[in-house]
This record gives sequence, C-alpha cells and structure tokens, in this order.
Amino acid sequence: MIWQLFITFARIGLFTFGGGYAMLPLIQREVIDRFKWLNETEFLDIIATAEMTPGPISINTATFVGYKMAGFWGSVLATLGVILPSFVTITLLTVLLNKLKDNKTAQDGLKGMRPAVTAMIITAAFSLFSQSVTRPLDLIIFLGVVVCSWQNWLNPIIILLLSGLLGLVCGLC
Amino acid sequence: MLWNLFINCFKVGAFTIGGGYAMIPVMKNVFVQQKKWVSEEEFIDMVSMVQIVPGAIAINASIYLGHKLAGLSGALVATLGSILPSFLIILLIASSLTGWYQYPLIANFFKGVRPAVVGLILVAGVKIGKGILKSKQSLVLAFVFGALILWLKIHPVWLIIAGSVSGIFLGRQKR
Repeated sequence: MIWQLFITFARIGLFTFGGGYAMLPLIQREVIDRFKWLNETEFLDIIATAEMTPGPISINTATFVGYKMAGFWGSVLATLGVILPSFVTITLLTVLLNKLKDNKTAQDGLKGMRPAVTAMIITAAFSLFSQSVTRPLDLIIFLGVVVCSWQNWLNPIIILLLSGLLGLVCGLC
Repeated sequence: MLWNLFINCFKVGAFTIGGGYAMIPVMKNVFVQQKKWVSEEEFIDMVSMVQIVPGAIAINASIYLGHKLAGLSGALVATLGSILPSFLIILLIASSLTGWYQYPLIANFFKGVRPAVVGLILVAGVKIGKGILKSKQSLVLAFVFGALILWLKIHPVWLIIAGSVSGIFLGRQKR
C-alpha cells in the first residue's frame, strides 16, 4: 500500500506541468477513479482545506491521502513521491535547464501542453460540478464565486471562507 | 548556511496561504530583498526555468535555490523546510479533524465551500486557457482534448504528451 502510494504520487508529480490546479485532473484520475482512495466530495474538501492552509495543493493532497490510506508513513511516502520527480530533475539538470530555458523546442513543447492543461482543468471542474451543486444555494455560490474570482474581486481564501459561512448560516435556517 | 536556509524556507512555507503561486512573491522577498542570496534577475530567470520541470512551482523554486546556494544538501534542506509546515498542518488536520467533518456545523460549512471550489477550478482553467485563444490551432486542440477526456476517458498523461509533441511539431513548421 505504502509503495503504491509512493509510485502513484510520483507519477502525478512527474506529469504536472503548470503547477497547482494542473495537478488536480491527474489526482482525480488516479486517486478517485483508479484506486478509489477518495470520493469526489472528500477531494473537494481537501482542495478547500489546501487553499485555506499554507503550502502547495499538491503537497497538501499527497499528505492527506497518504495519511488517510496508510497513516503517518503513508503521508511521508506520498509526499516524498510527489516531490521526487522535481527533485531529481532539478538537482541533476541545473546546467542543462539554464540552456533549455531559452531553447525554442522546449518552449514549443511547453506551449503545446497549454491546450491539454486547459482542457484537463476545465473538464475536471465539469465532472466535480454535479457532485457539489445540488441545491439552489450551491448554484448561487458557484456563480458568485465564478464572477468574484474572474474579476479578481476577492482572493480565494476569502471566497472560500465566505462560501463556507453562507453554507453554515443557511444550514441553520 | 544550511540551518539558515532551512529556517527561511520553513518561514516561506508556513506563512503563504493559497497554494504554490502565493509562495513566489514571499520567497522573492526573503531570498532577494532580505537575505540577498540571489539577485532579482536570477530570481526571475529561476521562476521561468522551474516551470519547464514538472511539479509544484514553489517546491521547484526551493529545490533550485537550495541547490544553487549549498549543493545537494542545500536542495534537500530547502525542500524539507518549505514542505514541512504544510505537511505538519495537514497531518494534524487529517489525524484529528476528520471526525469533525461529520459535525453538523462543519459539514454545512463544507457544503457551502464545495461549489466555491468548483468555481475556483473552472476560473483557473479558463484563465490558463486565455493564453491559447490567440491561435486557432490551440483552441481546436483544447476542444479535442476536452472531448477525449470527457467521452473517451483518455488519461491526462497522454494529453500532456500529445500536447507537447504537437507543440514542437507546429513550432517546427512555423520556422
């Protein structure tokens, strides 16, 4: 189990380009669809918790899933797994990376990934939508968040806290 | 040096809420302005460079800076320093608070938070996608990729690979 966690998160780490949200579709595919370590609601809660606590989403998710599936060592191995690909690449290839930065082919490759990453993130949002938007209130929150975040009116932490409070207050009524 | 590196990365990791991108400006403040370990120019170069490498940008940045300042042990220490705060906090939440999710107040709070998370993800995706609107080819590719994920359940890894190959191919053609 611990080994499986390590390998899975190393694979997720290896194929995440563009940081943060780009990792979510991969986590969704591996952790929810394939191994069923989490369901979609738990996944959304982890992303929310990750946004409201320090540190990158990838690390937070790895730690959380690792702990849930195999306790302390599970969390250690999953977290190490997710950073291993970056660690190895950067420490081994520092010199090469300095050249690659201005290399046309590398730039083209990165640019080509962008449509894929965009499609991945947007479809991830689609598939999570039905799980989380079940009441009229949820739809109001969802639309409000889309507007506030698109216009950069509020930062994500405030958005999440306000949405949570709204859910809490309406739950009492 | 190593201890100093560890403490400063730990500080950056502990005080930046809101994911990896939020860490970069804080990191710049510590490494460039306060400690003067790297120049502003080097830092900006570094940020664009670590995006070629897979993984979280903030973690990549600390691995790179640690390696640059103190070799392999520097890279290790900087990485540990910057992931330790989030690791410990999540460990605490996972070990003590999971039961709390069942508690009605917390459950209602998270019920409100979930649609918000989906909204944030959607906006993040569209914002990343804004850059590709300039070229018809990328726009078509994005739609094809989206259809492949939704209907054929293609693994995202293959799309990343297909995307980069097509990017290199189209780039070659243009030149």
